[in-house]
Amino acid sequence: MVLLRTVGRTFLNFLAAAGRLAIFTLVAVSHCVRPPFYPRLLIRQMIEIGYYSLPVVGLTAIFTGMVLALQSYTGFARFSAESAIPNVVIVSITRELGPVLAGLMVAGRVGAAMAAELGTMRVTEQIDALNTLATNPFKYLVAPRLIAGLTMLPILVLIADIIGVFGGYLVSVHKLGFNPTTYLKNTIDFMETQDVVSGLVKAAAFGFLVTLMGCYHGYHSKGGAQGVGQATTNAVVTASILILCFNYFITELFFAQ
Amino acid sequence: MTDARDMTPQAKIEIRGLDKAFGAKVVLDGLDLDVNEGRSLVVIGGSGTGKSVLIKCILGLLFADGGSIRVDGDEVTGLQGAALDQVRLKFGMLFQNAALFDSLTVLDNVAFGLVAGKGMPRAEAKDIALDKLAQVELGPEVATLYPAELSGGMRKRVGLARAISTEPEILFFDEPTTGLDPIMGDVIDQLIVKCVRELGATALSITHDMASARRISDRIAMLYGGKIIWEGPTDEIDHCGNPYVEQFISGSEEGPISFLMGS
Repeated sequence: MVLLRTVGRTFLNFLAAAGRLAIFTLVAVSHCVRPPFYPRLLIRQMIEIGYYSLPVVGLTAIFTGMVLALQSYTGFARFSAESAIPNVVIVSITRELGPVLAGLMVAGRVGAAMAAELGTMRVTEQIDALNTLATNPFKYLVAPRLIAGLTMLPILVLIADIIGVFGGYLVSVHKLGFNPTTYLKNTIDFMETQDVVSGLVKAAAFGFLVTLMGCYHGYHSKGGAQGVGQATTNAVVTASILILCFNYFITELFFAQ
Repeated sequence: MTDARDMTPQAKIEIRGLDKAFGAKVVLDGLDLDVNEGRSLVVIGGSGTGKSVLIKCILGLLFADGGSIRVDGDEVTGLQGAALDQVRLKFGMLFQNAALFDSLTVLDNVAFGLVAGKGMPRAEAKDIALDKLAQVELGPEVATLYPAELSGGMRKRVGLARAISTEPEILFFDEPTTGLDPIMGDVIDQLIVKCVRELGATALSITHDMASARRISDRIAMLYGGKIIWEGPTDEIDHCGNPYVEQFISGSEEGPISFLMGS
């Protein structure tokens, strides 16, 4: 009986949480498309997400591109297939590693900060104060963050793609002795529009997920410092898991027969 | 703060049978309360008796489980979105720890309700905000500071300036003196009395500080067990004959009030 009750309660709690998240998402999206808008806040969030994430995302991308080239070389050299390295680098970076790694880094950097900021605003009654001043927190806090995430991540990922390919180029040319011209020519020949586009669609989805999780957990945090800490953890963990899940499904959407 | 204008007291806020529970814990249990226009009512009660919940229900920050709340005769329970925002423009609230937006300067905090809530142009709102800061005896040099740079008493003053910036008809004060030394508490109380009088506003405060309650109220109501167990003019509270109230104002451990929470 106790076991059944525990299972039942867990299941009900899960359903309630899923419902809360669904309602939160619907309300948030509806506020993204209805006036009043807050352009200043949107620009501030865009700079915060897009510009200040550049170093982190760039570093991740360049080392990923470099290690890709190095690893593919050690593998492919056994079959004398070294010439496939530019192909491997461009496809892996644009389709998978660019968007996923950028998404995960932004989840750690931006999602956590959002959950902590909104969580602190919740527990210090600043969100209540917004409401009393006849300002909807969804419009003022959530909508600018969601829109900034949705639009900035594709740009970040596009830059990450370029830096990642450049990382592969660096290792291939300077360490593995590739001819620079041939390497670049092969890279461009292998580049498919669909690879890049699918990566950018993923980036937009991940940007939305990261900011949504940051806002959702921050908005619903309670109980002081501990609650804010919990909200931050939850925001990063759920965003990371959702990124990996959605990555699979978007890939299936684009490339499955 | 009594004067001739309240010959015929009219209920600005009328609460009937208000219920609110969190899970199994019943906080408000059929609460009835009237706040008359142009008067200052203070609700006293111990910590955790639901004073904040009462104010948050009126402001629509929490949804009541049952009962009715009327402001100017109009039902406000169940309102949402733009209709709720419209009602909220009548209210100003000073939060317990001021709840200033820490990403904005003092001036932007005070101007917030005018710019974001009422859609006033920024320049005009800033002039009014400076006026309101002067009303709470803060000079323009404070305007460019951020809330983190202010002392507790100054934060309360800025919070008060923000609450009165839109010239609301109704002001709420949540524990206005908590966390302040007695002298600063008195200063804030006097500013509250002054601001409420200048606006001609209706005031509803919650506190457990009896000295503060006496200073800022015309009437006092005591909340206990989810109901108002006594209500009357401030000068009658010392001989009201209600054992709960007497225990509360004497601060005695002995009396009918149980300290076992959840009983």
